[in-house]
Amino acid sequence: MDYFLTEEQEMIRDLARQIAQERIKPIRAQLDEAEEFPHEIIKALGQADLFGIIIPEEYGGLGGGCLENCLAVEELSRACVGCSTSYAASFLGAYPILLYGSKEQKEKYLPAIASGETLAAFALTESASGSDAASIKTEAVRQGDEYILRGSKQWITNGGEAGVYTVVAITDRSKGPRGASAFIVEPGDPGFSVGKKESKLGIRASATAELIFNDCRIPADRLLSREGMGFVVAMRTFDQSRPGVGAQGVGLAQGALDEAAAFAKTRKQFGKPIITFQAVAHMLADMATKIEAGRALVYATARYIDSGAKDIGKVSAMSKLFPTDVAMEVTTNAVQILGGHGYMRDYPVEKMMRDAKILQIYEGTNQIQRNVIGQELNKEYGRKK
Amino acid sequence: MKIIVCIKQVPDTANVRLDPETHTLKREGVESIVNPFDLFALEAALRLREELGGAITAITMGPPQAAEVIKEAIGYGVDDGLLVSDRAFAGADTWATTRALAAAVEHLGGADLIVCGKQAVDGDTAQVGPGLAQRLDLPQVAFVKGWREISDGHLVLERQMDDGFDVVRLPLPGLITVVREVGEPRPPSLKGKMRAKKYQVPAVGAAELGLDPAEVGLAGSHTEVVKVFAPQAGGDRLMLGGTAEEAGARVIDLLVEAKVIAGGA
Ligand SMILES: Cc1cc2nc3c(=O)[nH]c(=O)nc-3n(C[C@H](O)[C@H](O)[C@H](O)COP(=O)(O)OP(=O)(O)OC[C@H]3O[C@@H](n4cnc5c(N)ncnc54)[C@H](O)[C@@H]3O)c2cc1C
Repeated sequence: MDYFLTEEQEMIRDLARQIAQERIKPIRAQLDEAEEFPHEIIKALGQADLFGIIIPEEYGGLGGGCLENCLAVEELSRACVGCSTSYAASFLGAYPILLYGSKEQKEKYLPAIASGETLAAFALTESASGSDAASIKTEAVRQGDEYILRGSKQWITNGGEAGVYTVVAITDRSKGPRGASAFIVEPGDPGFSVGKKESKLGIRASATAELIFNDCRIPADRLLSREGMGFVVAMRTFDQSRPGVGAQGVGLAQGALDEAAAFAKTRKQFGKPIITFQAVAHMLADMATKIEAGRALVYATARYIDSGAKDIGKVSAMSKLFPTDVAMEVTTNAVQILGGHGYMRDYPVEKMMRDAKILQIYEGTNQIQRNVIGQELNKEYGRKK
Repeated sequence: MKIIVCIKQVPDTANVRLDPETHTLKREGVESIVNPFDLFALEAALRLREELGGAITAITMGPPQAAEVIKEAIGYGVDDGLLVSDRAFAGADTWATTRALAAAVEHLGGADLIVCGKQAVDGDTAQVGPGLAQRLDLPQVAFVKGWREISDGHLVLERQMDDGFDVVRLPLPGLITVVREVGEPRPPSLKGKMRAKKYQVPAVGAAELGLDPAEVGLAGSHTEVVKVFAPQAGGDRLMLGGTAEEAGARVIDLLVEAKVIAGGA
């Protein structure tokens, strides 16, 4: 299908595909097995300018938008979602600065993120606060020219690898959700430390760790936007980033279809390639159809966001929900089509199936996406009456 | 540091076939690529520029379409390029090639360092790098696999040998040819590729370089290709059966019989 990409967008897609093919594919199984962070891949992506996609040119980036980001993420995910998560999480950490940072904050942090020299991370989740983000406990207290952060964050992607963390903390408990604020934390800040690195089912090349703020002192000018804007920063960030998670689903599912279709053409049982059995061919047909539908939804949503539209919450949620559910289904069916081979570590599809699950969980579970869409529908149809 | 990298456009040998009649390479329909060894030369130049600053110019001699490899080099991040192209250069052997390349280097005002790949995968001579150094009267180190010390005045290099490596000090200006171990080529960059799209590759011919057509191309070549042929795969084959131990013992007996290895107690 031709999505009428610009020459520049094709260039981004092709370069990401080349790196995925030449650098990531040959080592993905080893990274997964050893649960090893892909430093070499991150370096290559930086040299290729791919970390600069969404960063404006004045800060050393390429000035692209959501669609450009999705194209790169899709191609990287086709090879390895562990690697693409480490890549995309840097944008998740960068968006708050990009969307709400002051000129000084942008000048200080964005160029190093754009070059890939510094990875970024985004920290909202806590041990007792997942889907219910408003219940976070980490607090930030203003003291003179500083804020003192107390608490901890859980399961933070790029934790321990990042050079910049955007952290949401409560500045005024009495104001409820309007009492949260977003801050920039650097690894060297006194009282900041990285706790345990998690061992995971999938995306094992990515680093997921705890962040600990033990009376962590940061200069007051690390506040993003104003006090009280914490959840606005977080929600606007997710609006931008969710199509990227959808793109991970599209890429991952495409990678699984590539494997399943190629296998089905060569594997013979009962004297025939198994692709000639209608039951198998129909599975492949459904996989391909749903992937294309997911891709169309992701690209359309990304273009809508890039047009500057404001009402993006619902479509952004849809563009995360659908392709990631598709990725889970497609990777499961890919294992089914490969049969026992698919269950073995010698083939990449079992990893793909393990990797798919996270896409339905992080950046808002798919139940939460449905809640968002449902609430929007409730509002829309309320207005029409 | 002013660095010149010499690169060559070659047929993608992974897909090239021989004409069974003439035994020459069938180039039609085969994609052209940057000589793979030259990508290591580019990588070496880019790493040296990262450390020492300065600028890199990529030069290539070839037909007009060889401008493509200059654009590719721009995509990898080199600063400038030069296409050395003229009908008069056609059919050049390594002697005539180094004549034209030396003139191009002088046309660019020389360099502190010239970097070449160890050899081109189409000709496989490994002569152009060292020949170019000779033409320019520059010190040279071939088969460089890495460096221990770099400065504007000299490089301390590791030269790959069959049995290990040498450590060699090269005063600059000088020339090196590099092998794969010098470092995995980085991917091209998006900014580089965007610049390459618009980049107009400067070109020079024999006249601009002040070269007499008789010294270059086929006319200036000393090599005469008498015949090209595929070597016959020959020799006898012997399959040994039995267990691995039995076959292994038999191999040793045969090698001793053939006096390839010495028999002993
Ligand atoms: C590998 C990994 C990386 C992560 N990276 C980051 C990161 O970089 N930054 C960050 O801040 N967080 C990160 N997270 C956290 C992630 O965003 C949360 O796991 C996610 O938001 C869900 O929260 P939870 O796991 O606490 O599940 P819970 O909120 O406890 O949910 C448990 C189950 O209940 C369902 N549920 C909860 N509430 C509702 C409701 N109202 N309606 C319907 N169903 C509901 C959920 O859908 C889910 O199925 C990461 C998590 C993982 C596993």
